[in-house]
Amino acid sequence: MPDSRALRRKVAIVGAAETDTVGYLPNHSTLQLHAESAFNALADAGLTLDDVDGIATAGVSPAQLTEYLGIMPRYLDGTSVGGCSFLIHVSHAVAAIAAGYADVVLVTHGESGRSRVGVGGFGGGASTPGGQFEAPFGVFGPPSMFSVPIVHYMKRYGLTEEQLAAVSVSTRQWASMNPRALMRDPITIADVLNSRLIAWPLHLLNCCLVTDGGGALVLVSEERAKDFPKPPVWILGRGESVQHTNISQMWDYSEWTAAAKITGPEAFRMADLDHSAIDHLMLYDAFSHTPIYGLEALGFVGAGEAGPWFEEMRGAPGGALPVNTNGGGLSYTHTGMYGMFAIQEAVRQLRGEAAAQINDVETSLVHGPGGWFSATSTLILGNQ
Amino acid sequence: MNPQKPLPQATPETQEYWDGLQRGELRIQRCRSCNRHYFYPRPFCPHPGCHSRDVEWTTVSGKGKLHSYVIAHRAHPAFAAPYVIAVVALDEGPKMMTNILIDDPRPETLPADAPVEIVYETVNEKVTLPKFRLV
Repeated sequence: MPDSRALRRKVAIVGAAETDTVGYLPNHSTLQLHAESAFNALADAGLTLDDVDGIATAGVSPAQLTEYLGIMPRYLDGTSVGGCSFLIHVSHAVAAIAAGYADVVLVTHGESGRSRVGVGGFGGGASTPGGQFEAPFGVFGPPSMFSVPIVHYMKRYGLTEEQLAAVSVSTRQWASMNPRALMRDPITIADVLNSRLIAWPLHLLNCCLVTDGGGALVLVSEERAKDFPKPPVWILGRGESVQHTNISQMWDYSEWTAAAKITGPEAFRMADLDHSAIDHLMLYDAFSHTPIYGLEALGFVGAGEAGPWFEEMRGAPGGALPVNTNGGGLSYTHTGMYGMFAIQEAVRQLRGEAAAQINDVETSLVHGPGGWFSATSTLILGNQ
Repeated sequence: MNPQKPLPQATPETQEYWDGLQRGELRIQRCRSCNRHYFYPRPFCPHPGCHSRDVEWTTVSGKGKLHSYVIAHRAHPAFAAPYVIAVVALDEGPKMMTNILIDDPRPETLPADAPVEIVYETVNEKVTLPKFRLV
């Protein structure tokens, strides 16, 4: 059995500091307090922000903090449960560092509790960066934020609206084989292009559903895994990152940098597999372009090649590498945080119990964003 | 009752930016260590590999290129569709979100990388928003 004693004396705190002053600080925004604490603690340790590859915070999101600091870590912890959150961050960081998920974890706290400067919840508040630098221009939900990079990508790589539509068509073909899918009637490229405009270049059928639902997972140690009715689905590899919370602050609109540089390579390295060993893909499809960015960033195709790949129906039924076999967020279901459903379908495929079951599947890669390419995570699962 | 457009509320590290817009100047910050401009304002350079705290305010040209955009048809309740939510790349490097002021926005009239320039749109005595138009 795993025993937390194995982590005894495995991790230490090597830098610690507060803000320059504490008390009444009306000239500091909430994020400024986080940053000042971070600079001071790193200086105390003789390190800089560029040494940090793990981040933990509460009150603000890890996405807000990384964007403000200008970093893209490979471990994040946004556990936000009140005053003891930072104790929990330390607890998680011990395991994360012992597991090799990060080498240097930065835990920050900053709170304008008295002056209330720059205070806001997730995406809220007129004084947050989003409230100041995006909300005044009429962004209105994911369709007008997640979609902002696409035109830049289209110019750079020649991606067409027809290729964007092909992602929806391919996914609907899988949905038509899944009785639980909300949208099962086959569609054509023309159907997508003729559907109502939401935020050009996105039409209605380029956008995920909005549904109700849920899912859950139970995980146990290797030793116990054989004692259950269903065969185990092993977690072979994982990766995580976060970089921004406002789409205007995404580093590069032509690629999904965090997936290309961090989550994909980490997951493949941990799993000790290469791309040819992956039998099945679940590429979180909030919109038609999300799997296009994902397929490229994970290295299954080269830059600019995913549009033609989907247009050739290579991820559709009968294609070389099945993608989103449940019908995806575009046609199966999308509650808002769809990632759980992507994992569920990977588990069903690996157990051999999917509605649109593919043959000889031993590995599945599940990949998706949080926010609008803000957070990123990759899992590689297997049944051998 | 018409819903209100969301308006920004400045914070200490962004006040100079908003004050500059009120005067008709685009004020952004530049890092004295790596000599790169950045946006949005904060008291250190956010560029990976730099992160210097030796930064200064500069007035920039307000000229740039249309980096990417959407034409919003499903509108914010306070906005009239269609309208253009854009990210422009300033000639000095940083990118910022804005609206492109254009009648009847269509993909054909909004080519990616088209040159744009700032239009100062005064909302009230505290807020002037940086909008852009095609040059």
